[in-house]
Parts: sequence; structure tokens; C-alpha cells
Amino acid sequence: MTTTVAAAGLGTAARAGVEVRLENLQRRYAGVTALDGLSLTMAPGELVALLGPSGCGKTTALRLVAGLEQADSGRVVVGGEDVTGQPTNKRDVGMVFQAYSLFPHLTAWQNVAFGLQMRKVDARQRRQRAGEMLELVGLSGFADRFAHQLSGGQQQRVALARALAIQPKVLLLDEPLSALDAKVRARLRDEIRRVQLEVGITTLFVTHDQEEALAIADRVGVMHSGRIEQLGPPTTIYSRPATPFVAEFVGLTNRLPGVVRGGEVDVRGTRLPLVQPDAADGPAIALVRPEAVTVASGGETAAGPLVGTVIATAFLGATSRVSIDLGDLTVLAQLPTSEATALPAGTRVRIAIRPDPVLISRDEAAPERA
Amino acid sequence: MIAAGNPDVKTARRPREGGRRFPLHWIGALPFLIYVALFLLLPTAIVVVGAFAGKAGPSLSNITDLNQGFLLNAFFSSLLISTASAVVGAVAGALLAYAVATGNPRGVLRRVVSSACGVLAQFGGVTLAFAFIATIGSVGFIRLWLQERGIDIFANGVWLTELPGLVLVYTYFQIPLMVLVFLPALDGIRPQWREATESLGGGTWHYWRYVAGPLLAPAFLGATLLLFANAFSAYATAAALISQGNPIVPIAISNFLTSETGRNNPGLAQALALGMVVIVAIVMALYALLQRRTSRWLR
Ligand SMILES: Nc1ncnc2c1ncn2[C@@H]1O[C@H](COP(=O)(O)OP(=O)(O)OP(=O)(O)O)[C@@H](O)[C@H]1O
Ligand SMILES: [Mg+2]
Repeated sequence: MTTTVAAAGLGTAARAGVEVRLENLQRRYAGVTALDGLSLTMAPGELVALLGPSGCGKTTALRLVAGLEQADSGRVVVGGEDVTGQPTNKRDVGMVFQAYSLFPHLTAWQNVAFGLQMRKVDARQRRQRAGEMLELVGLSGFADRFAHQLSGGQQQRVALARALAIQPKVLLLDEPLSALDAKVRARLRDEIRRVQLEVGITTLFVTHDQEEALAIADRVGVMHSGRIEQLGPPTTIYSRPATPFVAEFVGLTNRLPGVVRGGEVDVRGTRLPLVQPDAADGPAIALVRPEAVTVASGGETAAGPLVGTVIATAFLGATSRVSIDLGDLTVLAQLPTSEATALPAGTRVRIAIRPDPVLISRDEAAPERA
Repeated sequence: MIAAGNPDVKTARRPREGGRRFPLHWIGALPFLIYVALFLLLPTAIVVVGAFAGKAGPSLSNITDLNQGFLLNAFFSSLLISTASAVVGAVAGALLAYAVATGNPRGVLRRVVSSACGVLAQFGGVTLAFAFIATIGSVGFIRLWLQERGIDIFANGVWLTELPGLVLVYTYFQIPLMVLVFLPALDGIRPQWREATESLGGGTWHYWRYVAGPLLAPAFLGATLLLFANAFSAYATAAALISQGNPIVPIAISNFLTSETGRNNPGLAQALALGMVVIVAIVMALYALLQRRTSRWLR
């Protein structure tokens, strides 16, 4: 099913990408398990984002595909060919790094033409192809600039053009946007997606920014401790997280203490169905999305476990996120902004929790966010 | 942009509070600037004036007097040993710096080499000359030890107190200086450049030929020039090692200033000094030029 989602985006692809398979990859560094049996199959032309907290093995996975590191075991198969033992320069991969990596002594077009020079393409063709690639990333007018004469965002676009100029089989991006400020980041993110769709190249995009992953990818693989915990389209990852880790890492989640009893969890008097109905009875933390919390004013006189005071409101545009203090606990609710404006700080409110199936967690603490 | 390029606009937009302010941050630099003025600019001026002064008013006689065989020889020797010790020091120092740069950034090698170079680059003069005389001088213990085993390092004369000896001894501080000057450039080389080269289909040869080589060349050349200037103007070490003749320019200058045999000639000494100033100035200008390029590339 996920493959069709990916293929749908490929309608206008100029060139068919190839399938890329990571099979049961293991990698240990002196005592640290960076990858613990990671498997992933990417459909031709698909963009998969690997999302996860710092140190979960995202970069390691990408470097194994590039051939910059060797796996202890497992295979990398690109377009049906096993490339596991091949050196990087035989693999036909395009890479964009987190840190700026343009060759500082070469101009933008010389950078883009570098891979063609390695392939002994003649000078005239190099120049022409570099020009086309710079046009693709919207930098035609910057061909003769050096890296130090370009902004961070422009440098990363040149790096993208450089990676694509050799028409690689796979495009690998390791947090290419994390050195940029927020506005440029969002714009360049969309730009990368546009170019990727236009070229139709199979792409692995590593990031610890969930918004970025959800916005750009055909499928998102949420990584945890060296393996993929859940792989699926962004909407599924967000609205139907398979594990507590995914629920808490992606999107905002209220952690509400409750008690599991008979396939349901009782949270402050509200009974919510469970995603994992076979969970053992006993105390647990219910993971409730802010969207599942509704708010009604008029709690002035009432009392009870679900009555509290609005303490802050964050406007996000069409929706707003309201923090409500329930005395022993603060709950986030996501409301249409029109409703939220009627609830200034200090307003007494009564909340309700929509009875969607929830995940429960029995960990003490929430996983650390990147 | 416009405001920055036009002082009028700047002042108009931001009125001064309470008149012109004394630039306080200059006070800290003042002692140093006075020092430089007294002991660099003033002596240079004296040298220039002295070089062009004759017995009665300005004259070119000192300059034309430079055209004597033994003085031209001194210049030639100075250039020769400076070049030789700079090239040897640059190559050996660059290799050592490369070993340090590619090693563990917190490893023993780096710590030891960095601190040792900081000290040894300043090592020179009588102490250094003595160290060599005591080990491989004509009665140095290594020399004697080798001699007992039938190896005579001075079979063709005691070269330690001649020009080849100077090159050897100078190399002792040239290598550490090279490490100090060249290491920052090597540290500026990013690992991503190599990885990018590989992902673009290049190998080790391509990396050195098209990326690391061109990037490091200006820094290497610049550092070599600095080493040249360093050796060219060194005096104390040579003076301690060589006790007679006018083998190199700094010693010749000293002889013309302090000679007790009636060959005192301050005017000629100043002309010689002027020659050195000109050469060092040219070399340092080239160094600065190359350094500027490097600093833009290898931050
Ligand atoms: N060269 C190495 N030597 C030793 N340990 C390493 C090396 N590279 C990675 N590791 C370890 O492997 C684990 C995974 O590292 P990796 O760089 O893949 O994480 P990441 O998900 O990319 O994290 P980040 O978001 O911080 O970039 C980490 O615990 C890291 O410390
Ligand atoms: Mg990483």
C-alpha cells in the first residue's frame, strides 16, 4: 500500500529511479550498537525520511548506503545489484552533507561539474550540464560565485546540484537543512522535494526534525536504537503511531496518568479504548494527542478532575494550542483559533477527552526529543 | 549596504551622544604600538637614511660598495641556506603536521607535538649551537662515538661550522615553526571534502590533485616563505656557530659594526641591512597575500 503512495508521486518523473534495499544492517562501534538489524526497501523514485533522536543511527545507515562505512553484516542492494562491498566512488551515489561541503577553491559551476570531470566528460559538456543543474536548483545567475560568496541555503542548493549532476542511482541527504535558519529551511525543503520529484531519483533523507520528515517524505521511518520502529506515510505515522516511542517522538502528546482495566484505560474518570487491547491491567500513562482534547468554558463553579484554568495560548495560525492547568497536571489542547480566542488566560474551563483509541506507555519518562 | 558605505548617512541616522568619544580600546594597544615605533619603524628609518648617507650629504656610495665579491657571496650564501633550510623544514614539518592533523584530536601525538613545537620554534642562539657542537661537533660525543667505529662525519672538513652546518642547525627550529604555521591549514581541511570527492567518483589521487593539493598549496608556499624569512634574518645561532669570516649577511653586518681591526663601516652595514629589509619585505608581502587566500578557504 505504501508503495502505491510513493509511485503516485512519480507520474511526471523524467527518469525512473531504482529500488534500494537495506537488508538487516548491523554496525557496532567499540561497544556502541549504531545499527541493530535495520531493514528498509525503498521503491524506485521514492523519498524516505529517516527520523529519530540523536544517536539512533540515522547517519550510520546513510553512510552504509554511500559506502563511507562498512556494515558488520547485512546487505545494501541498489537496483538489483549488491553493492555491499563496493567503495564509495564505484557506487553512483549523490550526497549532500549537513556541514557545508562545497570545494571552496572552485566556483559554483566548477563544483557542480566536478563529478563529471572525474568521469572524464569533456569540458564543453561539463559546463553545459553544470549550467542545467544550476538552473534546476534556481541558481543560474550564481555560476561564477565561490562558496564564500553564497548564503548557506544557496550553498546547499549548489551541493544538491553537484550531487545530481552525475545522475546517481541514489540521493542521500544527511540533515542538509539543519545549519539553516527556520525560514530558509522550510523553503529549501520544498525545493529539494520539487527537484527530487522532477528528477525521479530514489532518495534517503535523514533528519531529526519531525516537521521536516512529515512534510517532505513519501514514507517516514522512525528510528529508535539502531532499527526502524515504524515505517509508513506521514499521515499514518502521525495519526496512528504504532508504538509509544513513535507517538511521543512525532507530534505533541499529553502524558496522562491512568489505570488500565479490561482493555480500557481510565483517565480521570474518562474511559478510553486502547490501541493495544491486550495490555495488562494496572497503572499506565495514556498518550493523548492535543487534537483529542476538547474544551468548554463555564467551569467557573464546577469542580472535578477535568476542570482547570487556561494558563497560556500559542497561536499556530488556523489552530491554537491552549495549555490548561488541572492542578496536578498541565494538558495541551489544540483548538480552532476562533474558539481559543474566547478563552484568555485565567478562564476556568472543563475539558473532555475524545474516546479515540490511545497508546499507553509504562516508561517513567518521555523519550528525549532531538 | 548603502549606509555602511557612506559615513554621512550613518552619522545622520544615529546622532552622537555627547561629542566625540575617545576610542578607549586603543589604549591597550598603545604600549605595543610605541614599542613597534621605537624598535621597528625607527631603526628601519635609520637604516634607510644611513644607507643613503655619504661623508657629505646624500650619496649612493654605500649601495655601490655592496658590489664587492665577498658581500655578494654573503648575500648568495644567505639566500642559499635560507632557501635550503626553508624547503627542508617545510617538507619535514608538513609531514609531521599531517601526521598530527590526521591523528586523534585529543591524542598524545598532538599534545606533545604542539607544545614541543611551540618551544622549539623559538629555540636558537648559543644554546642551540652548543647542543649541536656538544653532540656532533669535532669533539662532540656522537662524533667521537662514530669515529671509534670508523665513521668520520668530518672526513671532508668540519662542515658543522660552515654553511651545510647552518642548514642542519636551522632545520631544528624550522620544522617546529612549519608545524605551528601549517597545522591550522591542515585542520581547516574538512573530511566532507574527501567524502564528497569519493561520492562524485574520485579516488585518492583525484582528491589530492584537485581538492587538497590546490587548497593547501598557498598555505604551504606561504609557510615556506615565512621559514625563509625566519632563516634569512637569524643571527645569533649563526654567530655562535661560525666565528670567522663574513659567510652570511647578518654576520657581515655585525662585523662592520663591531670590527676592532679598523674595518668599521656603519654606512656599509646599513646598506647591507637595507638589502635584507627589502628582501624580507618582499617575502613577507607574498606571505601575507597567500595567507589571505588560505584563510578564506580553510576557516
Ligand atoms: N565513528 C564512530 N566511532 C564511534 N562511535 C560512533 C561513530 N559513528 C557513530 N558512532 C555512534 O553510533 C551511534 C549512532 O550514530 P549516528 O551518527 O548514526 O547517529 P545519528 O542518528 O545520525 O545522530 P545525530 O542526529 O546526532 O546525527 C551513536 O551512539 C554514535 O556515538
Ligand atoms: Mg547524524
